[in-house]
Amino acid sequence: MNAVVFYILGFAVLTATFMAVTRRETMHAVIYLVMSFFALSLIFYMMGAPLIAALEVIIYAGAIMVLFLFVVMMLDMGMPTRPEGPFVKTWLPAIVLAGVILVCSWTMFTGAPEAKAAYISPRTFGYALYTKYMLAVEIASLLLLFALVGALYLGRRE
Amino acid sequence: MSDSLIMLLIILVKLALILVVTLTLAAYMVLAERKLLGRMQNRYGPNRVGPFGLLQPLADLIKLITKEDIMPDDSDRAIYYIAPGIVAGTVLLTFAVVPFGAPFTVKGHTVGTPVIDLNVGLLYFLALSSLGVYGVALAGWASGSKYSLLGGIRGSAQMISYELSMGLALAPVVMLAGSFSLVDIVGAQSGWWFIVYMPLGFTIFLISVAAESKRIPFDLPEAENELVAGYHTEYSGMRFGLFFVGEYINLIVLSALATTFFLGGWHGPGPPWLSFFWFSLKSGVIAFFFIWMRATLPRLRYDRLMHFGWQVLVPLSLLNIVLTGALALLFGWRHA
Repeated sequence: MNAVVFYILGFAVLTATFMAVTRRETMHAVIYLVMSFFALSLIFYMMGAPLIAALEVIIYAGAIMVLFLFVVMMLDMGMPTRPEGPFVKTWLPAIVLAGVILVCSWTMFTGAPEAKAAYISPRTFGYALYTKYMLAVEIASLLLLFALVGALYLGRRE
Repeated sequence: MSDSLIMLLIILVKLALILVVTLTLAAYMVLAERKLLGRMQNRYGPNRVGPFGLLQPLADLIKLITKEDIMPDDSDRAIYYIAPGIVAGTVLLTFAVVPFGAPFTVKGHTVGTPVIDLNVGLLYFLALSSLGVYGVALAGWASGSKYSLLGGIRGSAQMISYELSMGLALAPVVMLAGSFSLVDIVGAQSGWWFIVYMPLGFTIFLISVAAESKRIPFDLPEAENELVAGYHTEYSGMRFGLFFVGEYINLIVLSALATTFFLGGWHGPGPPWLSFFWFSLKSGVIAFFFIWMRATLPRLRYDRLMHFGWQVLVPLSLLNIVLTGALALLFGWRHA
């Protein structure tokens, strides 16, 4: 039963992400990406990580993608045209990205041990975050603070 | 019947009850608001359809259903169709985690009142309310009208801003209850209600919630005198009805949540079956407060609204977290 739901959700995530990458209308791409995040959060919930599932929806689908949506609405970008220029210039980023993804998936599928689904309560998760992974959390929050100050500096009025 | 079948049946009954009761309540909320507003403005309000105008919601429903469903030429068909559903759907789904009465026993099983007692219930509410932004933003964008677009942009900006202070106002609730589960949060208030520990948090939550549900004085996304009707200008018939009903369901669910987080939920004197009454009474008082506010306050100016959200409410709610945390440590308020 769980496996069936998992594969349905996985199919939904992959389809939605594929649609998000290939849509020409920016608004539709944003909506497909939101669907993808939503399905992904259900997978997280199913695998026993309710806190991550909730945060996935709140932060990614609910905050970051809304900002994307906001920018799309404000800018009114229209349809993108085929990029011009030499082959290397237009395709190099895509090739580099594909290489990185290939290497990552190679190491993941060959090296890492099989993932075991285990239920983690929000309390356990929070405790681990602020004891075992304290340093990483602090570094990440420092990074966010820098971004915040930077945004404030760029956006301030003269 | 096996146990799992009974549990499934109970869940289905709860779902059906919630759907019927909230939709009916929402319809009568509209009537209550129109009546109360009328009284506060020294007039009668609707009183022609049925005794005391009690059948008015039915008449409104028939009118909405039989109206033509108009779609503007310039609109984005699919998104235009989905947007009202997102607004109404996300709001209805929030009810799944609200404990609206004391747990009861069926054939030896103790059954909680929420459909599901999620251990991330509070975050589930925040997640759904942040998804609700899409309904407003997409409706505004997909209508292909400048008024709708402006309303949608205003609406999404306002909702993200006040979501922040709403979430921050709820952080001390989690700190005191030691859990995200709404059942545990109500359980932690069997003694003193949380409003006693943090009146500031309650005030911030109420204001943010009023802004989140886009009601006067925060109804800038649909400011009539500048934007016609904002993001739902182009909608007609039952699609408009979904926005309209969604707004009132939202009012009910937010009152219920304010009761759950700060007013002790279903706790009250008397036998357990009275808990439903206490819960309805507390939620009703808060809903009345929102209607009262609508009759009393004028609309804010847009830049003042943003200023108020970011430079007053957010710092205050941060202060509330520090203050409540310090006092809780000092006096040992924590429940779990």
